[in-house]
Amino acid sequence: MDAQTTAHAGAHSHPSPALYLKVALILFVLTALEVAAYEAGRGGMGPGFQEIFGPIVVLLLLVLSAAKFALVAMFYMHLKQDSKLLSNLFVWPILLAASVIGALIVLLNYWRVVGAK
Amino acid sequence: MSEAAAHAMEHTTTTGIDSRKVAIWTLIGSECLLFASLISTYLVYKGKSLVGPLPHTESQCMLHGKMQTCEQIFEIPLVTFGTAILLFSSFFVVMALNGAQSGNRKKLISWLALTVLCGLFFIGMQVYEFQHFYHKGLGYSTNLFSGTFYTLTGFHGSHVTAGVIWLSTLLVLAIKGKIPPAKALNLEIAALYWHFVDVVWIVIFPVVYLMR
Repeated sequence: MDAQTTAHAGAHSHPSPALYLKVALILFVLTALEVAAYEAGRGGMGPGFQEIFGPIVVLLLLVLSAAKFALVAMFYMHLKQDSKLLSNLFVWPILLAASVIGALIVLLNYWRVVGAK
Repeated sequence: MSEAAAHAMEHTTTTGIDSRKVAIWTLIGSECLLFASLISTYLVYKGKSLVGPLPHTESQCMLHGKMQTCEQIFEIPLVTFGTAILLFSSFFVVMALNGAQSGNRKKLISWLALTVLCGLFFIGMQVYEFQHFYHKGLGYSTNLFSGTFYTLTGFHGSHVTAGVIWLSTLLVLAIKGKIPPAKALNLEIAALYWHFVDVVWIVIFPVVYLMR
C-alpha cells in the first residue's frame, strides 16, 4: 500500500452516522447519570441515596467522565480507526498529564500534613 | 491521478499520515499538559479559600463593602445544559464531516452551522456565568477558588472561542463551495480540535462543578 492510498484509507473507514448518533445518545445518558450521582451524593434525592452514593460519588464521577472521554476519543476523534501513531501522540501526554495531576495532589497534601505536625 | 489522490499526496509524510493531521495531534497532546497544569492547580487549592463566596456551600464574604453571608455560587442546571450542548456539538461536527466526505454540501453546511451555534451558546453561557459570579462578589482575586476557577474555565472558554472562529471560517468556505470531498481533511482537522475542547470540558465539568 503506497503513501497516498494509506492517507485515503483513513478517510473512508470513519464510522457511520448511525454509530455517531448512538455515541451521542450514550454521552447524553452518561452526563445525566453524572448529575444524578451528584444530586444523590449531596442528599437531593433523600438521605437513603446520600448514604449509598455519598462515599462513592467522586469515584463514580471519575469513572463516568473517563467513559465519556474514551467514547469521544475513539469514535468522534477516530482514534479507533486511525493510525497507532496518532493514538500515541494523544495517549502518552494524557498519561503524563494524569501523573502530573496525581503527583501534585499527593505532594501538596504531604507537605500540608508534614507542615501541620 | 485523481484530484483527491493528488491532494492527499501533497501533505503525506514517510509515515503515510498527512502532516497536518500529525501536527494537530501534536498540538492536542501538548494542550493536554497545559490543561493538566490548570486542573491540578485548581485541585491543589480546592477547599483552601479563607473567604467566600465558595462553590458548593454558604460562606462569609465581602460584598458591597461589608462582610455578609453569601450563598453557594454554582448553578448546576445551567452548566449541565451547556455541557449537553457542547457534547451535541461534537456529534454535529462529525455529521458535517460526513457530509463533506460524501460531497453532500447541504448536509455539510447545515450541521456545521449547528455546531457554530452550539459553540456560540456555550460561550454565551460562560459569559453569563462569569458576570453572574462577579455580581455575587466573586472577583478574579477574591480567593484561591476564584483565581484558579476563572483561569481554568477562562482558558477553556478562549479555546472554545478559537474553535468557533475556526469553524465559522470553514462554514463560509463551505457556503462558497470551497470544501469539496478532496478538501474534507481541512474540516477533519478543525473537528479534531473541537472534539479536544469537548473532552477537556468532559473532565472540567465533574472535577470543578460536581465534586464537592
